[in-house]
Amino acid sequence: MSVTNTTEKTTSPGSAKRKFDLVNLILEGRAFFALIVIIAVFSFLSPHYFTLANFLIMASHVAIYGLLAIGMLLVILNGGIDLSVGSTLGLCGVVAGYFMKGATLNYFGVILYPPVWAVVVITLTLGAFIGAVNGVLIAYLKVPAFVATLGVLYCARGFALLMTNGLTFNNLSGDPALGNTGFDWLGFNRLFNVPIGVLVLATLAILCGIMLSKSAFGRWLYASGGNERAADLSGVPVKRVKITVYVLSGICAAIAGLVLSSQLTSAGPTAGTTYELTAIAAVVIGGAALTGGRGTIGGTMLGAFVIGFLSDGLVIIGVSSYWQTVFTGAVIVLAVLLNSIQYGSRGAKKS
Amino acid sequence: MSMAAKDTRADGEVVLAARNIAKSYGSVHALKGVNFEVHRGQVTTLFGENGAGKSTLMKILSGVVQPTSGEIILDGQPVSFASSTDARNRGISIIHQELSLAPNMNVRDNIFMGREIMTSAGVDFAEEERQTRALMEELEENIDPLTLVEDLRLGQQQIVEIARALSINSRILIMDEPTSALSATEVEVLFKVIRDLKAKGVSIVYISHHLEEALQITNHAVVLRDGNMTAFAERKDIDLEWIVRNMVGENFDLGAPPTGYAFGDVALSVENLCVPAAGGAGYNVVDNMSLTVRAGEVVCIYGLMGAGRTEMLETIAGRLSASSGRILFKGRDVSRLSIADRINQGLVLVPEDRQRDGLVQTMTVGRNLSLASIGAFVKGFFTSKKAEQAIIDQSIRKVHIKTDGGGAPIGSLSGGNQQKVVIGKMLATEPDVILLDEPSRGIDIGAKSEVFKLLAERARTGLAVVYSTSEVGECLSIAHRIIVMRRGKISAEFTSDTTKEKIMAASGESVVAH
Repeated sequence: MSVTNTTEKTTSPGSAKRKFDLVNLILEGRAFFALIVIIAVFSFLSPHYFTLANFLIMASHVAIYGLLAIGMLLVILNGGIDLSVGSTLGLCGVVAGYFMKGATLNYFGVILYPPVWAVVVITLTLGAFIGAVNGVLIAYLKVPAFVATLGVLYCARGFALLMTNGLTFNNLSGDPALGNTGFDWLGFNRLFNVPIGVLVLATLAILCGIMLSKSAFGRWLYASGGNERAADLSGVPVKRVKITVYVLSGICAAIAGLVLSSQLTSAGPTAGTTYELTAIAAVVIGGAALTGGRGTIGGTMLGAFVIGFLSDGLVIIGVSSYWQTVFTGAVIVLAVLLNSIQYGSRGAKKS
Repeated sequence: MSMAAKDTRADGEVVLAARNIAKSYGSVHALKGVNFEVHRGQVTTLFGENGAGKSTLMKILSGVVQPTSGEIILDGQPVSFASSTDARNRGISIIHQELSLAPNMNVRDNIFMGREIMTSAGVDFAEEERQTRALMEELEENIDPLTLVEDLRLGQQQIVEIARALSINSRILIMDEPTSALSATEVEVLFKVIRDLKAKGVSIVYISHHLEEALQITNHAVVLRDGNMTAFAERKDIDLEWIVRNMVGENFDLGAPPTGYAFGDVALSVENLCVPAAGGAGYNVVDNMSLTVRAGEVVCIYGLMGAGRTEMLETIAGRLSASSGRILFKGRDVSRLSIADRINQGLVLVPEDRQRDGLVQTMTVGRNLSLASIGAFVKGFFTSKKAEQAIIDQSIRKVHIKTDGGGAPIGSLSGGNQQKVVIGKMLATEPDVILLDEPSRGIDIGAKSEVFKLLAERARTGLAVVYSTSEVGECLSIAHRIIVMRRGKISAEFTSDTTKEKIMAASGESVVAH
């Protein structure tokens, strides 16, 4: 029994409220303000920073983290975590590279060169499969998300290393004679002068935003992340939602893997190592709560750009990459600190 | 109000007294000037329904919360407790309803948790073990100090809690529903311990819903109702009927069963339902239960904590699965359907704990209201804002929620209005059968009667309503039929012209031998 529940909350009128709103506004829009500060500071420090060409290059770097962060956001909204995305990215890139270089079928004694679209389909299916493994482990076999995806992280990385024997597939641009050219289109080419990878990110972000705000699935996701028991009793298929978010996260990682190996026109088995942490950081900086139920795609994209623009900015002004790591860490801690202030103050207001 | 005559014997002397204690939470008055005395070496039992203020009073006496006004007198001196630690240092300990032991640690470490006996070489485990052994001997319990708490039966865990309280030389021990989870034999052991403690001069404050049981052990009875103390007497002057009368009060109108229409077909029929206890405890919490509810009928399920009400309702709704038996909804077996399918068919549950099972705290009032009927406003892939708002507005109007338009965070509503949101959410799915598990828990009397009025209105239009309660006053409100559950079985069935005394007698635990 809790007597406090019956107290009507009174909204404090007047200036106190306005002041609170200002604090709230800064808290809510912190990723946005942080991004503006980062752009302003680096533009001041380097003449090369504030140019369209540089922004486009930086954006194509952000695209990789951003793609992972979209999938990560879905998982985190569900109250879970997906540590396997970096490895999934690596494995999917390697598998794409393997097929581009020709899949040898010993039994038939032929080498298959599937067209690029088929390679893309195979890769995305693999990403979805890895996500499904995560989802089934977590939703049905009740393995904690952290442990399940940690295990898959190791397995996926191991398979990537096994497939290549630790080496890298180079020169994936294909051969006109074999009809499998065009792989570099995804990462290397530009449409209206914008890197394709950035367009892929924008498209996925918009689709994901629509899904979150408009579809029944989006509502199910927010509800089951906010209170799984209540969602379950309200008829939300919580297990299906859980598996779906991990599958979507796996697909996002596979897309990121394709874009990255296309950007580099090579696929290495160690690509994407620790990228999962960057993706988590982007989601958290974007204001999502790791406990689930709170977060937006807009915030996550801002979070990804904050991290990307910060680290590229540090490169441009010539700060050592060791310091970049320190700065990124500080930004993440600051973001989580602000998160707990934001949601903590809400909790305090309630009681 | 006549206070009990002051006992001047050494055993029976007032050691702790509350004078005009009041406690308000915002505009809600949980306690309104309560007087209360604890006598040395005797048991004082607090009776009262849920929400009467028992727990608040206990929290004040044990220093967990501070009273808004009034004073606490310990050994004749006015005192104020800064914290529960402060109260404990003065000899007052509380054993909460939910045990506060660490199951992963052993008995010894639990008893000395937070006040380990230290030597220069670290914790003196040998000495702690020796003292624990001595305590267990004193309590005549054969519990090894090195046993993990999770390996102990619930009753033994309770003993460990008591041992912990004794190990800090508590003179006053507050026990909040100590028997609710115990078996009859374990209750006997506990009562023996209480008698031993009394003989040693320890004063006990006892809270229990098991009235007959409490009457066996108590020396004094204090009854609270709506934050007031309504009666105070010595054991020899009272009986069960006296307690019930003072607990429930006479004029307590929560409406009457809706009349003037005929019931429809059988909407819900439960046949020989068995539900095993959680964690493989080896017995059935719902034991071979059968129940039939017709369209338009209101059925109340009364029972004490642990009688199996929640488990039965959750099984019917699909959250738990039965080990045997059938659940027929409008003649079709739904035992294998998911919760979502049962909701779609028209069988819904309003869960007991709205914070844990009812509401999504991260969403607005409106989105909580529409959560169970998303299918009704999805057009193709997209949700329709207009159709959703229509459902929300209709729900707010129909269940009388005090909010503007549904955009407010759910946490900004009062408990009563939050409860209406949970009920409104399930009613929005247009069900044929609604199960409500303690729909009145933690809401005030005004909201309570509104909720019941609402359900009675819906029953008139053919909705079958099944609600559970642990407040006997609520049985005699809108229910056509009252079913009393006891240890997973139906122990009695009454029509609406029964009395509170009969219902309580049917629910009570079997009399424990002295």
